[in-house]
Amino acid sequence: MKIHEYQAKDILARYGIPIQPGRVAFTPEEAEEIARELGGPVVIKAQVYVGGRGKAGGIQFGDTPEEARAAAAKVLGMNIKGLTVEKVLVISKLDIKEEYYLGIILDRKSQAPIVMVSKAGGIDIEEVAATTPEKIIKQTIDMRWGLRPFEARDILARAGLPHQVIAKGGAILTALAKAFIACDASLAEINPLALAADGQVLAADAKILIDDNGLYRQKEYASWAESEESNPLEFEAKQEGLTYVKLDGNIGVIGNGAGLVMTTLDMVARVGGEPANFLDIGGGAKAEIMRKALTFVARDPQVKGILVNIFGGITRGEEVARGVIMAQEDLPKGMPIVVRLSGTGAEEGKELLKQHAGLDWGKDMREAAQKIVATVGRGQ
Amino acid sequence: MSILLDNTTRVIVQGITGREGQFHTRNMIAAGTNIVGGMTPGKGGTTVEGVPVFDTVEEAVQATGATASCIFVPPPGAADAIMEAASAGIKLIVCITEGIPVIDMTRAMLVVHEYGARLIGPNCPGMCTPGHGKIGIIPYQIFTPGPIGFISRSGTLTYEVVALLTEAGLGQSTCIGIGGDPIIGSTFVDYLKLFEEDSGTKLVVMCGEIGGSDEEDAAEYIKTMSKPVVAFISGRTAPPGKRMGHAGAIISGNTGTAQGKVAALQAAKVPVADTIFDIPAMVKEALA
Repeated sequence: MKIHEYQAKDILARYGIPIQPGRVAFTPEEAEEIARELGGPVVIKAQVYVGGRGKAGGIQFGDTPEEARAAAAKVLGMNIKGLTVEKVLVISKLDIKEEYYLGIILDRKSQAPIVMVSKAGGIDIEEVAATTPEKIIKQTIDMRWGLRPFEARDILARAGLPHQVIAKGGAILTALAKAFIACDASLAEINPLALAADGQVLAADAKILIDDNGLYRQKEYASWAESEESNPLEFEAKQEGLTYVKLDGNIGVIGNGAGLVMTTLDMVARVGGEPANFLDIGGGAKAEIMRKALTFVARDPQVKGILVNIFGGITRGEEVARGVIMAQEDLPKGMPIVVRLSGTGAEEGKELLKQHAGLDWGKDMREAAQKIVATVGRGQ
Repeated sequence: MSILLDNTTRVIVQGITGREGQFHTRNMIAAGTNIVGGMTPGKGGTTVEGVPVFDTVEEAVQATGATASCIFVPPPGAADAIMEAASAGIKLIVCITEGIPVIDMTRAMLVVHEYGARLIGPNCPGMCTPGHGKIGIIPYQIFTPGPIGFISRSGTLTYEVVALLTEAGLGQSTCIGIGGDPIIGSTFVDYLKLFEEDSGTKLVVMCGEIGGSDEEDAAEYIKTMSKPVVAFISGRTAPPGKRMGHAGAIISGNTGTAQGKVAALQAAKVPVADTIFDIPAMVKEALA
C-alpha cells in the first residue's frame, strides 16, 4: 500500500527521525496560515502517489505567507501524471548543503530487508544503480537483532558520508530500520537525507510502502488508504475484498487463482483481444461472489464482454453458473459472457447455462477466449 | 521414485481442527497420504478423521515420529507455526496459508535454515506424488504416475497444465506448487536439483510467472542439468508495478518481466511454450 510523503514523515518522526516542521494544507488559505505559523520561507510539495513531482512543477517555494498562498494555489488542482493534487505539504525551507540516500527494501533473494546507502542523494536511486552501482553500499539486515547502531554507522562510513554526518545519520538509519520492521514496510526511503548548512541532519523527503499482508495489524496505516483518482475501481475492489487490477482493454476477465487468471489474460491477448482487467475470485467461491465479481467487472465502462475461466476443484461449476445467471439482472442488457468450466460441477454448470440465452461456453481456455474475442471484436 | 514424499512419509497437519484443515486432512488420507496426527493448541487429546490431535508439534513428533507437516494456520500465526515445526525437527514443512506478512517470513526463514528443514510455500497448493499421496490442497484425481517432474508458482494453473499432461498420457513423478509470495521456502533451483537426482524423473515442466528472478536463476542452473526442462511463463500482458493477485507477482522497474524470463530460459536452450496447450507436444518432443 502506498502512503503520502507527509504520512511517511509522520511515521519517521514517531521513531525520532528529524524532519522539517510543517503540515498538510487542502486550500491556499490553509497554506498561508501554516507558512505564517512556521515563519520564514517555506516549500509547498504536492502530495500524490507518484514520483517525479519536482519536474512536473509540483514543488514550489514561498518566501512570505502570501507567496506560499500563491504557490499552493498553483500546485493544488495541478495534474501530475494523471493525478489531481488535492493536498500539499507546507514545510520550512531548508538550506541544504549536501544530500544523501538512505533506503531499505525487502530483498527476495536474501529473504531479508536490505539497507542501501549512497552519497549521491536527491536523485532517482534506480538511475544511480544503473549507471554507477559502486556508489551504493548494500547490507542485509540480520533479522535476529535488526540493524544495530554500529552497523548503521559502518554502512554510512563505507558509503563515504562526511564525519559530521556519521553519528546523526547512523541514529537515523537505525531508526529507519526499526520503523521498517515495526510498520510492516516493504520499502522505506529517505531521499534525500539532508545535511543542512547549520549542521542539522534530517529527512527532507520520505517514501514508505506498507506490505498489504501486514495491514491487518497496522490498523492506523490501513485507515490511510486512499482511492487513486486514476483507479477508483481498484480501491473499491480492495475494500470489497476482491483481487482486481484494471487494464486498458475491453474484455473483462474473471477466474480462480492468480496464475490461471494471468494466463487467461495472456490467452485473450494471444487470440487478438485486449483484456480489461484481472480479477481472481479465489478458491471455493460461491454463487454470490461470482455475481459480485461480474457486476464489478461490468462497472468499467470500457468492458464490452466478459470471459469467465474456472478450474473447478474447491470451486464448483454449478455455483459459478448460478452466479453468472444471478448476475444477469445486474448487468447491462446483452453483455456477452463466455464461461469456461472444467473439473468439479462443470457438467451441471453447463446445463444451467444452456437454459439462458446470451450465455456461451468454451471447452477450454483457448476456445472460450476465441469466442469472446470474436463476439466483442478486437480492441477499440 | 519421486522426490520429498512417498506413502511411508509420516505427515501431521497443523491447524487440523479448523474447517480447511479438517476438509483437506480427509482428502489427503483419501489420496493415500500417511497422515499420523494433527495439532491445534488447546485441542490435544481429541481426534480428527481418526488421527490423534496434539497441543504442540513437539508432542505430535514425539508420539508419531512425523517428519513432514502441512500448515493450515491463518496468517497471524502461520510464521510461528512454521518455526514451531522446524524447531520440533520436522524436515518437510508445507505451508498453504496465503497472506503472511513478509516481515514474519524473514524471521521464519532464519529458523527453517537453522534447523535444516525444507519449506514449501507459503501461499501454495502444496505437493503430490501420484500413486503415493499429497500434502496440501492439490486435486489428486487429475494426476497419474509417470516420469514428468512438475514445478509451478501457481495453484489452478498447475491443475490446468497437469490435466493437459495427463490427457496426453504424460504422467508425473512429483508435482510441487512452490508458492506465490515474495519470500518462499524453496525456489525453482532447489527443486530442479532434486529432480535432476531423482531416478523416477525424466523431464521437468516449470511454470513460472512475473516477479523476482527465480526463473532467471533456474535458467542458469538448467544449463548444468542432464535432464530436459520445458517452461511456461505467465503474465506477458501484466503491467509494471501492479500486484497480480500473488503478492510476489509484480514487475518492479525492469526486473521480473515475463519477456526477461522467457529470454533467459531460451538463452539456456529451454523450450518455452507460448500457451499451455503447446506444453504436451513440447514435452513429447523433448523426451523423444
